[in-house]
Amino acid sequence: MGSFMLTKMSFRNLFKKPVTKMYPVEPPVYTSRSKGHVVNDIKECILCGICEKRCPTGAIVVDKPAETWTINPFACIQCMFCVRACPKSCLTMEHGYTPPSTSMYTHTDTKPELTAEEQAEKLAREKEKAERLAAAKAAKQAQAGEADNGKE
Amino acid sequence: MGKKTIIPFGPQHPVLPEPVHVDLVVEDEKVIEAIPQIGFIHRGLEKLVQKKDFMQFVAVTERICGICAFGHSMGYSETIEILMGLEIPKRAQYLRVIWHELSRIHSHLLWLGLLADGFGYENLFMQCWRLRENVLGIFEKTTGGRVIFSACNVGGVTQDIEDGDLKGIVAILDGMRSEYEELLKTFLYDSSVKNRLSGIGYLSKQDAESLCLAGPFARASGLVEDCRLDGYGGYGDLAAFEPVLSEDGDGHARCEVRAREVYQSMDIIAEMVSKIPDTPISLPVKGMPGAGTAAVHHVEQPRGESFYYAKGNGTKFLSRFRIRTPTSHNIGGMTKILQGCDLADVALNILTIDPCISCTER
Ligand code: SF4
Ligand code: SF4
Repeated sequence: MGSFMLTKMSFRNLFKKPVTKMYPVEPPVYTSRSKGHVVNDIKECILCGICEKRCPTGAIVVDKPAETWTINPFACIQCMFCVRACPKSCLTMEHGYTPPSTSMYTHTDTKPELTAEEQAEKLAREKEKAERLAAAKAAKQAQAGEADNGKE
Repeated sequence: MGKKTIIPFGPQHPVLPEPVHVDLVVEDEKVIEAIPQIGFIHRGLEKLVQKKDFMQFVAVTERICGICAFGHSMGYSETIEILMGLEIPKRAQYLRVIWHELSRIHSHLLWLGLLADGFGYENLFMQCWRLRENVLGIFEKTTGGRVIFSACNVGGVTQDIEDGDLKGIVAILDGMRSEYEELLKTFLYDSSVKNRLSGIGYLSKQDAESLCLAGPFARASGLVEDCRLDGYGGYGDLAAFEPVLSEDGDGHARCEVRAREVYQSMDIIAEMVSKIPDTPISLPVKGMPGAGTAAVHHVEQPRGESFYYAKGNGTKFLSRFRIRTPTSHNIGGMTKILQGCDLADVALNILTIDPCISCTER
């Protein structure tokens, strides 16, 4: 048993810099995995709504007809369920928590207006899809017809 | 003989980080009975299991407690894995053990600091919390969060730690050892600490056993009580595991057990890192917990045994989920050690059991 056993450490600390930080004057140091807020690259997003279904707090609302993706950053608990579930990998967790505020607000991303080229591309894609569907339908009918013929 | 008086203690009190109320029946300066009351922060989290599906619920279990957050998500995930008969990859099991033991280190350092604060040793308090910051730094580097970090989910873990970073964790912990040694010596041998803690709140081994105490509180009375001995998850692969025990049963023994467990956790992490296999870190979870299935599991939290029960009903929502946390049984021991103590020792006695009221009330 002794006394003043911490004196050495206390004395050493006199000559060391403080370990605490003057936040927010000094900026915080982030690691590569530090969490903060969820950001959507809305150009890539297909508004499938999987993120909305996976979110445990209901922070995300996807409105397909209006082409909007909305997040309530105050409800988000940074669990990254949405980030992992997104099929297009367009959600990312960025550094920096949502700053405090006197009222809750939401952040909405709207699908950007398509340029003429993109519009044409989209139409072409849709047309191709419709053709593919029609072809598949015709093939199926033909098959069914053959099967019927076979029966007769 | 003095007159009996009732002095209310809590729910707000400088020594209590969380609200618990105790009615102290005192006679002169001696407490002759303590009647605890909880329920100030009941949140009904167990009921939420009917609103959040079993994959999402892990985020809720994590928020039961701000200190053993990872332990609860691990306990819940392992219970559901037992329920659904999943065998998760070894690497995930090892990573869980590593994070869980890091949580234990940070919880014990936090408690040691609070204890030092409780008996007025501010310098020691700040040194403990300064060391604890290293562990929080590891959490932030490996998972992105500092206290609640969503690293565990049903079927495995969400993030891997690269082998280089694992070595880095061991290096940081080894770097902490020399400074921690100084703190440990102060806690164990400094006369001002010993004078304040030795002999207060004595609890015998028989009492500890009959009151079903858990964790360091029980181990400080010499009771061999540690769920890690059952070898669940990665703990089964440890070469040897001996719980830290003390025979004294007083406040100083409880301090000693927790202080030495920090070393034990460091050793477990080093062993896990040296043995970690190279397998995937999670398993795709298919299907739902079947109707009529039930599972129980227990996990050694920093404060003792935490018990989990889950019952499936064939849908994505569990029909019942229950947790019993270590403090709920330790409160019985707390009232026992308060009987016959001095009024001035009440605050310190309550602190030595390391109560976690948020856990208890869920
Ligand atoms: S899951 Fe991804 S692609 Fe689907 S709506 Fe959400 S952000 Fe868009
Ligand atoms: S991080 Fe979690 S809480 Fe936040 S929006 Fe994504 S799923 Fe919801």
